[in-house]
Amino acid sequence: MGKITNEELLRRLDEKFGGTVVQTGADFGLLTVETSVDAIIDVLSFLKNDEALNFIFLTDITAIHYPESEKPIGVIYHLHSLTTNTRIRVKVFMPLENVHIPTATTLWDGANWMERETYDFFGVIFDGHPDLRRILNVDDMTVFPMRREYPLEDPNRVDKKDYFFGR
Amino acid sequence: MSDIQIVDVPAGVEGSGFFATSLDKAIGLARANSLWPLPFATSCCGIEFMATMGSHYDLSRFGAERLSFSPRQADLLMVMGTISKKMAPVLRQVYLQMAEPRWVMAVGACASSGGIFDTYSVLQGIDEVIPVDVYVPGCPPRPEAIIDGFMGIQQLVKTESLRRRNEPKYQELLAKYGIQ
Repeated sequence: MGKITNEELLRRLDEKFGGTVVQTGADFGLLTVETSVDAIIDVLSFLKNDEALNFIFLTDITAIHYPESEKPIGVIYHLHSLTTNTRIRVKVFMPLENVHIPTATTLWDGANWMERETYDFFGVIFDGHPDLRRILNVDDMTVFPMRREYPLEDPNRVDKKDYFFGR
Repeated sequence: MSDIQIVDVPAGVEGSGFFATSLDKAIGLARANSLWPLPFATSCCGIEFMATMGSHYDLSRFGAERLSFSPRQADLLMVMGTISKKMAPVLRQVYLQMAEPRWVMAVGACASSGGIFDTYSVLQGIDEVIPVDVYVPGCPPRPEAIIDGFMGIQQLVKTESLRRRNEPKYQELLAKYGIQ
């Protein structure tokens, strides 16, 4: 089976979901679509289970923080169709006060650790996740370090204070 | 003829058929020249340490032939490399398992201060969790620098009192780290 073209992919998504799935880009030929929190599991499930599309491999789940935008926290899914060697990127954005999104562990068991990592660094709550706790950072960490409001540097460090450099 | 060198005799009273010195000095001499290091190597400084242990630099010249991979038999904890915050309790546990007398050497910028990794996940120097005797600068330090640090430890071992752990200064230091 050959690679599915972006136009074909978009046409099928449009056919199924109407206006809830919109294209936001196709950088380097990788189709990027955006959808809503309510529709995300249906979209992922359709992409995975549709016989022609067959996006059975979940490459990655991650998140992003754009502090200036209206919906600053975004969750990003990368899917790969192994039978047609096609990839797609699905994004969902949500407001800071409600960072809940349904878990993808119902579709892929591999989503378990990816979602834990995304929670660990961005504080996104995956509803229905079997074991949502920190995975990489120390358990007693109180911040979500990849969010822009937290400084990247360790506050305990004293040897880089300004007065050492005459500032 | 062999060119084996032996350590210098400590200050003492010498006469025909006898030699007298203080127990501190005699034991210090023995300890300093038979330190058992525990290498706690987590990154590139560990590679430099391997070179230091190898035949070219040969740390065994200093009596550190025997590396101890169990903290219980080790005298010297050599921390070489970046210690992440998640690793800190492990490092502390290793230190606690060592028997007195024990010394700690922080090798390289990361172990001494966090180095270039000024970030939320990295411990900014192991002296945040355990007391350190000698710091070796460098990123990574050359084997010569590690040997220099090791000789610094030997100097400490030779000159400090036999029962270091009973000194109020030492106990105060440990209490600062919440040990004992």
